[in-house]
Amino acid sequence: MNLYDIIFYIFAAITILSALFVVTTRNIVHSAFFLLFTFFGVAGIYVLLGADFIAIAQIMVYVGGILILILFGVMLTNKITSVEIRTGTVQMIPATIGVVIFMAAVIAIMVMTNWKSEPGLIPLGTTKDLGHLLINDYVLIFELLGILLLIALIGAASIARREQE
Amino acid sequence: MSESLLINISIVILFLPLLGFTTVIFFGKKIPKLYMFEVAVLGLTLLLSIIVAYVKLSIYDTKDIIAAFTWISMGNAPALGGINIELGFKIDNITVIMLFVVNLISFLVHVFSIEYMRGDKRYTRYFAYLGIFTFSMLGIVLTHNLLMMYIFWELVGLSSYLLIGFWYEKKSASDAAKKAFIVNRIGDIGMFLGILILFTQYHTFTFDAIYEQIAAGNIPFGSNAWLTAAGILIFMGAVGKSAQFPLHVWLPDAMEGPTPVSALIHAATMVAAGVYLAVRIFVMLTADAMLVIAVVGAVTALVAATIALTQNDIKKVLAYSTVSQLGYMVMSIGVGAYAFAFFHLVTHAFFKACLFLGSGSVIHSMHHEQDIRNMGGLKKKMPITYYTFLISSLAISGVPLFSGFLSKDGILAGTLVFGKLTGHWLIPIIGFAVAGLTAFYMFRLVIMTFHGEPRDHHKYDHAHESPFVMAAPLVVLAVLSVFIWYTPNPINPSAGWVIGDWIKTPAQVTPLETRYEFMKPSSEAAKAEVHGEVIHSVEYTETMHWAHYPAMFLSLFLAGLGILVAFLFYQWKKLNADKLAEKLQGLYKFSLNKWFLDELYDLTAIAGTLRFSSILAWFDNTIVDGIVNGSATVTRFTSRMSNWFDTYIVDGAVNFSAFLSGFVGLSFRRLQTGKVQTYIVFVVFAIIILLMFFKPF
Amino acid sequence: MLTVGLNHFLVISAVLFSLGIYGIVTRKNAVMVLMGIELVLNSANINFVAFSHYGNFGLNGQAIALFVIVLAAAEAAIALAIVLNVYKTFAEVNVDEIDHLKE
Repeated sequence: MNLYDIIFYIFAAITILSALFVVTTRNIVHSAFFLLFTFFGVAGIYVLLGADFIAIAQIMVYVGGILILILFGVMLTNKITSVEIRTGTVQMIPATIGVVIFMAAVIAIMVMTNWKSEPGLIPLGTTKDLGHLLINDYVLIFELLGILLLIALIGAASIARREQE
Repeated sequence: MSESLLINISIVILFLPLLGFTTVIFFGKKIPKLYMFEVAVLGLTLLLSIIVAYVKLSIYDTKDIIAAFTWISMGNAPALGGINIELGFKIDNITVIMLFVVNLISFLVHVFSIEYMRGDKRYTRYFAYLGIFTFSMLGIVLTHNLLMMYIFWELVGLSSYLLIGFWYEKKSASDAAKKAFIVNRIGDIGMFLGILILFTQYHTFTFDAIYEQIAAGNIPFGSNAWLTAAGILIFMGAVGKSAQFPLHVWLPDAMEGPTPVSALIHAATMVAAGVYLAVRIFVMLTADAMLVIAVVGAVTALVAATIALTQNDIKKVLAYSTVSQLGYMVMSIGVGAYAFAFFHLVTHAFFKACLFLGSGSVIHSMHHEQDIRNMGGLKKKMPITYYTFLISSLAISGVPLFSGFLSKDGILAGTLVFGKLTGHWLIPIIGFAVAGLTAFYMFRLVIMTFHGEPRDHHKYDHAHESPFVMAAPLVVLAVLSVFIWYTPNPINPSAGWVIGDWIKTPAQVTPLETRYEFMKPSSEAAKAEVHGEVIHSVEYTETMHWAHYPAMFLSLFLAGLGILVAFLFYQWKKLNADKLAEKLQGLYKFSLNKWFLDELYDLTAIAGTLRFSSILAWFDNTIVDGIVNGSATVTRFTSRMSNWFDTYIVDGAVNFSAFLSGFVGLSFRRLQTGKVQTYIVFVVFAIIILLMFFKPF
Repeated sequence: MLTVGLNHFLVISAVLFSLGIYGIVTRKNAVMVLMGIELVLNSANINFVAFSHYGNFGLNGQAIALFVIVLAAAEAAIALAIVLNVYKTFAEVNVDEIDHLKE
């Protein structure tokens, strides 16, 4: 149990617990805020895995972008008459059973498989190498993603726009 | 200017007319006056071809510039060896001269047509067709291999079809277009077979590669007869395109096209292609093949000249005169006077284009009157047309100081030498006779059209000189029919730059035993030294010197005689043509009806084809249709059987399965809640079941 | 056992994935379903980065994780646009009420 392990467990706990709250709490706004902690936790795990750039991107994109988007979604689709915006749940029992079994199965697979792993070194900074990778090996995907984002932008604007009278 | 730049300019020259064609054909209707673009494009190609010609002739005088790339690479099958089919350009002296000639005449025809075709309902399309015609011809001129030449050859056939049948509402025009196309196809089959013989042996289409192999002693199928056959078969293509006997029948009919088109076809593009091909394959012609070619040319020259004597349609006379002159060129190749054949091609292009455009000018001003019996006296009304027409007629008749004299005299001297050295005296006799006939019928045409009193006053009164854009091309072409552009010495073409410097007779590559005696180099040593440029035997050179003056005086005498007789008949009325025609009625009819060749073809080839077709039709009707009907009966019976089977068995099964699936569907419908989340729960359980089943852990 | 290795990250990822599925399946509100999807995507990302770190793949896993993040952003934008549109059309964002697929 060195410092690395301790930090890992802290972040793992943050991630799992807040994710649990996200899916169980009835208040949708609380859900969204717990999602924030989940994302932070995941970002922390990335850092532990030596992926500094991904961690920053995670915070920038998820917390700065997607979460805000989700909050807007909440605001725009609920009549704000009370502070407490509650949502219902469906088919709790089959879902709970199914998901628990599923989780057990997947964890079993993960743990029992004999992964060919070697303890990775933690590189000093991945940004430069990642950049090289993006514009060399993955340049096509990189460009396609750019186009995809453009399409998403236009698509979202076009789908959500107000009907012309 | 570097060689690669020269090649690049040539590529531009080739494709500019195509650009003009596509632009005009696609946007001609939308944009008014777009035809001017096509004219401008031709002007540009003319300019570029002048540059190319100048650079080539002054800097790379003795060097052939070749640029090629591999188009198709057919691997290396062991039986064949590697086959690489190349496309490319070969730019030598005759190429650049032809480039200039084709582009100049094409440009002048474009300019002339602006006025001549004005008001036609397919005005812009006409210019587009001219563009693709020029493009096809330039392809033939520039290519360095037989395949590309064949492709452009067929393109020329297509574009001539489009232009001859331009006024396709007229049945005669569409018939003439079809005739030109089909008759040409007959020649092209021969050309195709010839190309195949060469390709089978050498696995290449490139001229130089083939010639190298022949020179190295590699003969098709090891037999000189095959080499002769290949030469004659490829020459068949030229027979079709250059309207040689017996395939010349399409050319006079092609007069149905607009007159500037006739000028383009008969002076620069289509018929020149045949002679150009013969020039290109000259080095691989054996003595036998050359004899065949000489005979074909001589017969053509004679037949066409005799027909031209009695024709009354201004364009028909010119058409037969074209055929006759082409006969001269082909004959010239046949007798080994290579340089003069090409020289005549060039000079003839200018004065014949001038004659055709001049006749176009006359026809235009006479409101589409083409019968020379209704003309006369136009000299006063149309001075420019008259004088240019006269100069061209003097040139074609072989009068000194004009270009025709130079080339024609050379050809006649060549035939004379040929007669003396081989004993085939008939060929020079025909050659000289045709020279006299040519002078006679050309001046008959000039006198009947321009001299004397007008015979149709109504049309005469309306006649007028053509506007500037029509007159200017005439003047340019007439000026180019004067000797000074070709040689400083008006009686000796060899003293000039065209024959003396630019056109060099290439060395034959055929095996020595298949050549004429006079085509053999004097000694083995000489052969090695002058590779790439033939030195005829000493005997030939001596005979050529001997023949120069006799040939010149004889041809001068005959031309003078022809002109004199024409004046006696038609100008001074000392002799009466009608009476002579009555006396020699048989011959007159024979000539007037073009030797009854069309009728002969009707009776033999066409009737034979029709007969064969009716036999095929009978076969179709009774045998093939019988089989078809029989099978139809069988099919109907089997269809009835299968109908019953379908109705009771198949439909029964289908209906039952439909009922079953409907029943099952109704029972399972309850699972379909329409809620995505329920489905996901199913998916989760399904994954769990799969995991249990496969136990990956 | 307590020393952190590859398995620990994989387990975190598996738990996060299951929780995401649970969110997708049980919540009525379409926005909540979306949050579940984000959790699932995050768990996949953890796997990528973890394998990238422990396996001998260089930075390839991280690059793909980056792509997933971008995809998630695009997906969120489109999904929310759809949700807004659904809300406009049905005046409802509860996915279980929107079952027109059934007909």
